[in-house]
Amino acid sequence: MDFAPTPEQEILRKSVREFAEAEIRPKVQQMDETDKVPMDVLEKMAKLGFIGVMVPREYGGLGMGHIARTIVLEEVGRVSAAMANTLQITHLGISPIASDGTEDQKKKWLPVLARGEKLSTFAVTEPTGGSDVLGIQTTAKLEGDEYVINGRKCFISNSHIAGVLGILAKTGEGTKGLTVFVVQSDFPGFRPGREENKFGLRGCNTGELVFENCRVPKENVIGKEGDGLRIALSAISNVGRPGITCAALGIIRSCLEEAVRYSKQRVLYGKPISELQAVQWNLTDIYMDYEASRLLTYYSAWLRDKGERCDAENAIAKFSACEAAVRCAKKTIDIFGAYGCMRELAPQRLLRDAELLISGAGTSDIMRLVMARKALTLA
Amino acid sequence: MPPVNSIVCVKPVPDPRYWSELALDPATKTLRREGIPVVLNPLDRHALEEALRIKETFGGTVTAISMAPLTATDSLREAIAIGADDAVLLSDKSFAGADTLATAYVLAAAIKKLGRFDLILCGNQSLDGGTGQVGPEIAEFLGVPHVAYVRKIDLPEQGIARVERGLEYGYMVVEARMPLVLSVVKEINVPRHVSLMRISEAMQAEVRVWASRDLDVDSSRIGLSGSPTQVADLFIPETKRRGEMMRGAPDVVSKLLIERLRELGVL
Repeated sequence: MDFAPTPEQEILRKSVREFAEAEIRPKVQQMDETDKVPMDVLEKMAKLGFIGVMVPREYGGLGMGHIARTIVLEEVGRVSAAMANTLQITHLGISPIASDGTEDQKKKWLPVLARGEKLSTFAVTEPTGGSDVLGIQTTAKLEGDEYVINGRKCFISNSHIAGVLGILAKTGEGTKGLTVFVVQSDFPGFRPGREENKFGLRGCNTGELVFENCRVPKENVIGKEGDGLRIALSAISNVGRPGITCAALGIIRSCLEEAVRYSKQRVLYGKPISELQAVQWNLTDIYMDYEASRLLTYYSAWLRDKGERCDAENAIAKFSACEAAVRCAKKTIDIFGAYGCMRELAPQRLLRDAELLISGAGTSDIMRLVMARKALTLA
Repeated sequence: MPPVNSIVCVKPVPDPRYWSELALDPATKTLRREGIPVVLNPLDRHALEEALRIKETFGGTVTAISMAPLTATDSLREAIAIGADDAVLLSDKSFAGADTLATAYVLAAAIKKLGRFDLILCGNQSLDGGTGQVGPEIAEFLGVPHVAYVRKIDLPEQGIARVERGLEYGYMVVEARMPLVLSVVKEINVPRHVSLMRISEAMQAEVRVWASRDLDVDSSRIGLSGSPTQVADLFIPETKRRGEMMRGAPDVVSKLLIERLRELGVL
């Protein structure tokens, strides 16, 4: 069992951290205040390969695995969870095409997406179903050579900036009644709708998608009609959920650094507060949460790189890291005292960002259901 | 204009974010660097960037070279990931303890072995040593011109470099024949970020490692024995502030101040 990173992974981490500090950090406050996505930063990330990190090399990507993706997202998330979420959603949008697309579909979309010429997303959630995937009501009816899609999706990240969108729609009833389609943003009958005003992950665009007789060529079906539930749940479990986990891990890392740095500088009772036991207990709680979350996150990535099915492990990592991120952000605010509540400083933003991650890609309660299925087999 | 072949001297230095964890070893008068992450010397990143821009304009090759322990292989792979075509590491126990002169001697020997070059680019000084001596010393050993504090490089015609050399106030334009050594400052460019797309290739690339036996060097001129400067002491100076109040009319106080500064040896 070797926990040491490889030299390649070390260079990867160092390179992404350097980029994040130089290009993303100066934008973080502005993102939080304006809720605007810094498209120039996304463009730079695309050119450097951040978006195509797991796209196979023959389609213009880096062909790296889940551990490499985890490193990239953790380092971006350490500076901005909002940017990490934007990035990981592009990976999620790419995923069904890479896993279940035909050769023609892969050649058509993967190079464009890997280069960041178009961004992507994957849309499942509707007012009637998110946790309850079978509750979605967007329909897709075959008419000749096209499917006609009608419905609305909500709380979709990258809703207004994605050019290639994976959409889950009903083509029948029950578990075999869902199908994944690729919709391009210029298709007639498609438009982004309301843009949400979130209290966290600001600078990551989230909104509604509206389909009004949106015509989609039948060549844009991913897999076969009726494969949608399997494709969607696999993409969410293996790409979307871990992506959120990495953003949470980045938040916890940021909490640790902010809390340690502040506590060494802040002098009360004639000494830095880092020498007070109460503060040290908070710091060690954050430190333990960071190490534990990191192990769970990288372990599940390692399993995915081995090609093993690991829905439970993905769920454990997501639940643990996201809940820990909220805990650690709260403790960071406690260490900062009143300063922790000021909009100019990081801790309050970390808490707001962490809370948003809990409901993304499956709520904590849904993660418990996923874990329960595995836990019940262990004796 | 024919292609321009550049050699970039790079040095791994302690990551400045971890400097507070560096400790002085009072016995050996060196820094304890174990466990401290390293980065490419920041000014060497600017040198490498400039070499890459010249290559993108005129063609040619960029070779990164470093005299360092074997662990510096990773730093040289980083240079390849940034864009260098290849890399050479000069690593040997006999190189240890080298001051700037012995370091420059070995680097110059390796550069002679590499063969024809048009430009040698260095960062003006390293973050940890800060002497700024290695670039000029390499030039002397190679018998080529050298310009330091370079903030702009133009190659107006074959074999000629026209550079801006920064001065305390302003700059001077210097024209020199290639090959030559240029030590660059940070104002010269903004280094590119590492493209993740090159990392895998960089890990596969061969980093040539040359020991002293691979170079045409005199053993008395390398390492500690080849170093005319010896570190006598290494310490963190204590900075204390002392205040003295001088009261009176400006012309009286100014005379008092001058006398006091003379007493203290400042003037």
